[in-house]
Amino acid sequence: MADILIDRVAKSFGAARALAEVSLQVADGEFVALLGPSGCGKTTLLRIVAGLETASGGRVVIGGRDVGALPPRARGIAMVFQNYAVFPHMTVADNIGFGLRMQKRPVEEVARQVGRAAEMLRISHLLDRWPARLSGGQRQRVAVARALAVQPAVLLMDEPLSNLDALLRLEMRADLKAVLREAGTTTLYVTHDQTEAMGLADRIAVMHGGVIEQIGAPGAIYARPATRFVGGFLGSPPMNFLLCSASGGRAAIGDFALAAPQDGAVMLGLRAEDAVPVGAAEGIPFDVRVVEPMGAHLLLTGAVGDQPLRAIAPPDAAIAPGARIGLRPDPARLSWFDPETGRRLEAA
Amino acid sequence: MNPAMTPVRRLLFWTLVAVLLLWVLLPIWLVAMGAFGGRAAVFQWPKSLLPASLSFDHMAAFLAVEGVANAFLNSVIAAAVTVVLSVALGAPAGYALARYAFRGADAFKLLVLLTRAFPLAILALPLAVGFIRIGLYDSPFGVALMHTVLALPFAVLVTQSLFMGIPRELEEAAWVFGCSPVQAFFRVVMPLALPGLAATAIFAFVISWNEVFAASVLTVRERTLTAYLLAVLSESPLHTRFAGGLLLILPSVLFVFAVRKWLFTVWGISGR
Ligand SMILES: Nc1ncnc2c1ncn2[C@@H]1O[C@H](COP(=O)(O)OP(=O)(O)OP(=O)(O)O)[C@@H](O)[C@H]1O
Ligand SMILES: [Mg+2]
Repeated sequence: MADILIDRVAKSFGAARALAEVSLQVADGEFVALLGPSGCGKTTLLRIVAGLETASGGRVVIGGRDVGALPPRARGIAMVFQNYAVFPHMTVADNIGFGLRMQKRPVEEVARQVGRAAEMLRISHLLDRWPARLSGGQRQRVAVARALAVQPAVLLMDEPLSNLDALLRLEMRADLKAVLREAGTTTLYVTHDQTEAMGLADRIAVMHGGVIEQIGAPGAIYARPATRFVGGFLGSPPMNFLLCSASGGRAAIGDFALAAPQDGAVMLGLRAEDAVPVGAAEGIPFDVRVVEPMGAHLLLTGAVGDQPLRAIAPPDAAIAPGARIGLRPDPARLSWFDPETGRRLEAA
Repeated sequence: MNPAMTPVRRLLFWTLVAVLLLWVLLPIWLVAMGAFGGRAAVFQWPKSLLPASLSFDHMAAFLAVEGVANAFLNSVIAAAVTVVLSVALGAPAGYALARYAFRGADAFKLLVLLTRAFPLAILALPLAVGFIRIGLYDSPFGVALMHTVLALPFAVLVTQSLFMGIPRELEEAAWVFGCSPVQAFFRVVMPLALPGLAATAIFAFVISWNEVFAASVLTVRERTLTAYLLAVLSESPLHTRFAGGLLLILPSVLFVFAVRKWLFTVWGISGR
């Protein structure tokens, strides 16, 4: 079936290295999100899988076939481009039906599929329009509908929901997930929006600077980030990092001590929701500088010693800016990193 | 036109339109009057803007002159071949320059432009000798080859910027959704490039239609219309010259009219 094997794929543009030996396996029917900051090589990797860019090294295997020598049209894929690439000289309906018409499908079938895809993307009323008369978000949905209409075995999407308002994005996300699951479409989905990746993907591959830092289920990556970068990139507010020194298996933060995986300098990764605010006498001493009511909780910004930290408190907690409180971390949910390499340290 | 225009702006707008129309149409009108207005009207001064009498005699007489019809036909053939060759050779070159980075691209562009750096006189005479040798001399096709050389630099450079303006992703999307590169070109790039290609065709047509020097040197009996008129008109009466002038103007105008639909194609904004 249509699984994807990306095997040590590398890409350089002249002297600039965009991808360094990236390997990734996507099982048949699986939804994998490529998540990473701007410029980390997500689009480049997707374009190599699509056959629009030639890799400098490595190979791509789709459904058991090495597709290195195949043109894009022979790879059994559909793609949503980051800048939409909606054909300006065709109406919305002709755009969505383009792939099916190229496959010489019967007219009725094309019309049916176009109608279905348009309905799902909520653009049925726009079918007769020209792309020049569409908003950015509408154009983006045309691009998604065009890819879904061909019911591909492999679907490559490059930030397909980036231009939609928050509510519509949430709806589309759910619809997309349901449709792709039902059709069993193998999906590689590029995004820099971590909530989107967490919500949609079976597995997330976090990319940074042309390498995949970690691959895993959303929950696993969130709870046990393999590197400091992954911890900081996932989650809102981002994970806090506290540098401390450990001896005798215990790391000291102020007067508070925690079991540490190794002696010497270690870095504690602490998510805001993994520490409970308590009285100033216990826990990690935390000087609150700003209190922001977020509705569901209070977002506290301040410092531990001279290291910045964000924490959350229940919405009705009486915490004033300038106060010192204590934070009691949940020992089971802590991450430790090597301050030099940024790699995760496992408890011995 | 914008319906929200104030009356003053509307007045300005239509004045400008009128001036432009006069600028273009008045000379053509006067030439037409000279050609169809009867013998007296040619010498009348000041000119009246309406014909006193309408007569097709001059035109008929002019068209009946030995060689006019043939010269007209030769001009049409030369111009048509020039248009076809300029677009067929220029567009692929422009496409290659726009889409592929290859060694010597800049040198190639310079070379294309350099063909225009030689005075025609220098090119035409050796060409005449060469054409005589290979049997292209005194034929509209030989003239068309020469005119293609004149029109090609323009065709290459215009189509290059034209293709550069069409996002590569559109082509890539076509590839992904089942097109071969050739299909993608004809289904996606060509339709979007039509206005520019039409402009390129017009320019090639006009270059060929108006060119007189090379056409005169490269032909003897099979003259193009311009070359023929240049040779004949100085000895003709004034009204015959007007008839010839009109015959020179009209095809260009008709050609522009024929391709104007593609010249102004903006997808989804003005429809087709
Ligand atoms: N055609 C190219 N020529 C040279 N460098 C390129 C080219 N395409 C991409 N790059 C470089 O490769 C790196 C990765 O680019 P890529 O487009 O894959 O990033 P991305 O992760 O998709 O970013 P974004 O989230 O902003 O879309 C960037 O540093 C970029 O500058
Ligand atoms: Mg990108």
